[in-house]
Amino acid sequence: MADASAPLVSVRDLKVHFPIHAGLLRRRVGAVKAVDGIGFDIRPGETLGLVGESGCGKSTAGRAVLRLLDVTEGSIRVEGTEIARMPQGELRRLRPRMQMVFQDPQASLDPRMTVEAIIREPLDEHTRLTRAEKRERVAELMDAVVLNRGFATRFPHAFSGGQRQRIGIARALALNPRFVVCDEPIAALDVSIQAQVVNLLEDLQERLGLTYLFISHDLSMVRHIATRVAVMYLGRIVEMQAREGLFAEPLHPYTRALLSAVNEPDPVAARTRRRIVLKGDVPSPANPPRGCNFCTRCPDAMPVCREVDPATLEVGPGRWVACHLHDPAVMRGQPTRPFGAEGPTRRASPTAYDTPARSAT
Amino acid sequence: MPEGAPSALPIPPVLEVRDLRTVFRTRAGDVHAVNGVSFAVREGELLGVVGESGSGKSVTMMSLLGLLPSPPAEVSGGPVRFEGKDLLQAGPEELRAVRGGRIGFVFQDPMTSLNPVFTVGFQIMEPLRKHLGMGKRQARARAAELLALVGIPDAGRRLDDYPHQFSGGMRQRVMIAIALACEPRVLIADEPTTALDVTIQAQILELMAELRQRLGMAVVWITHDLGVIAGIADRVLVMYGGQVVEHAPVEALFANPRHPYTRALLTTVPRVRGERVKRLHVIEGQPPILEAHPDACTFRDRCPHAFDVCHRLNPQRYPVGEDHDAACFLNDPGLAPPRPSLEVVHG
Repeated sequence: MADASAPLVSVRDLKVHFPIHAGLLRRRVGAVKAVDGIGFDIRPGETLGLVGESGCGKSTAGRAVLRLLDVTEGSIRVEGTEIARMPQGELRRLRPRMQMVFQDPQASLDPRMTVEAIIREPLDEHTRLTRAEKRERVAELMDAVVLNRGFATRFPHAFSGGQRQRIGIARALALNPRFVVCDEPIAALDVSIQAQVVNLLEDLQERLGLTYLFISHDLSMVRHIATRVAVMYLGRIVEMQAREGLFAEPLHPYTRALLSAVNEPDPVAARTRRRIVLKGDVPSPANPPRGCNFCTRCPDAMPVCREVDPATLEVGPGRWVACHLHDPAVMRGQPTRPFGAEGPTRRASPTAYDTPARSAT
Repeated sequence: MPEGAPSALPIPPVLEVRDLRTVFRTRAGDVHAVNGVSFAVREGELLGVVGESGSGKSVTMMSLLGLLPSPPAEVSGGPVRFEGKDLLQAGPEELRAVRGGRIGFVFQDPMTSLNPVFTVGFQIMEPLRKHLGMGKRQARARAAELLALVGIPDAGRRLDDYPHQFSGGMRQRVMIAIALACEPRVLIADEPTTALDVTIQAQILELMAELRQRLGMAVVWITHDLGVIAGIADRVLVMYGGQVVEHAPVEALFANPRHPYTRALLTTVPRVRGERVKRLHVIEGQPPILEAHPDACTFRDRCPHAFDVCHRLNPQRYPVGEDHDAACFLNDPGLAPPRPSLEVVHG
């Protein structure tokens, strides 16, 4: 782990397929391609936002990156260590470095454990601290997430949703992780409480130098917290770029539709803006369409989109998109859309983002 | 309603609620969920109701239709005027004729509000046969029309499908089709898009706007999403602690909010366009759980402007503009001395 610019997490060609068994003999008849070949890098201290609608595979991707699920194919490197094929026993030793905050604070806390026991559990599992040291650490963590120390002996049901999410965050931070996957940490909370939790996550990131993978369907919140954003659709990353670029000039038709569908709290703008309403529903990931995954709902679909799966291209520095509209090889002879000054360039590997893959150490 | 408004309401209200109160009497104590809510909905208008969970917005709507089990719920106050009747005084038979007939209801969760063991067609036909006395064949034809109206392709064939064969967005469309079946005068929609993805939500909002125009019904739309409200509502009620704290036409509410809670709520939401704020505004603290009827401002503990009166009295709804009122002492013209300007709130 030499230079600071090296990615902390680096994912290549990640696939997670869930088999479908059917018939009398429960034979394997197909697979739900929840995550179907995604790749990204996360640099130390940054927040990568992973957005998409329900069923696009973003949560599966988040869990797979921490190996809470077994991956079908691909490589996952965390701090230079390849973990995609690592047995769970060995992974245990790495767990303190990478943690997760779950979506539902109600379901992810054991109702029969006190707050102290919940936050202490990772310490019991992974450290040899004395009882007094653990108690001290738990109190420290409760301070860090702005929970009253006096509540340590209470049970989760006595807390509100926002407070429960703080307990979940304290537990995730107990072992001083470097990398935290936040899977929709604010989706279950009220608006006024969402802001509290997001501010807390930002403060902790700054203080502890955390790196986040922030999974969410809320684009306005992702714009607030993420430094770079990846947009997923049906198991693929269709677009990835820095926050400013993505929100100012979205490249993929899906990102554009997604952004136009966000309801801004501004009645004047709401009356005048043009909303791109996508027709139909997301196809089943067990049976994705031929060609581009998005071709069944894309307002700009061309004949080629129903035949050929688009490659992921870097069309500007750090701006990745998987769409034929941005591929000069496809668009030659067709009226092109304006993008960056010099237009897109093709790179060798469709999923090698930002930094070249590093060899195993 | 502000008194002495120069012009009478241009369109008479379809549904008028006055001083509605709901108390849940439980073994652990009383919970005062709705504390004197008054509002009116006019024909063809969309009234948005916003508030956090626990602010009493859903309970208000369920109370006025008698949908809450009693005990523990105890609904009082009123009247709730609808088509010349007081719904709170109506007997169960009368209420049943109103619910699903003259007043439609769309619930929040499309996954659990359809019965999994009946076909979708059966569930759309049910109100048609019960309320309009249609025969089986006629009801089926109408059900297919309704399903097509809410934008489900191949509607006729899909009548025989079961709810699990529909996606979330389609199930919510089915719920809307059921609510619309008898062409209600008022549609009450309780967070109809909250469980849905943004692109599906956009489809439903588009559909609602179109149906409202075509059928001319009044809609009460409950949500906690200010973005949705900005896009579809004509007027808005902001609820907090089981009370209406602000009521205004939608433009006025967003341009000139007069209750500190509304102001705070508007600043907590990040945006996808325009300037990106460095840090999100936060309303410190938690919404209250009221064990008694409030005798002081329910927002006082989280309010940056709270002063002595706020701890002693519960503010009434002071008129602050046309069709605009706010329940905050800062808007009380009779209260001169300790009156910090509301403008300071903005950070």
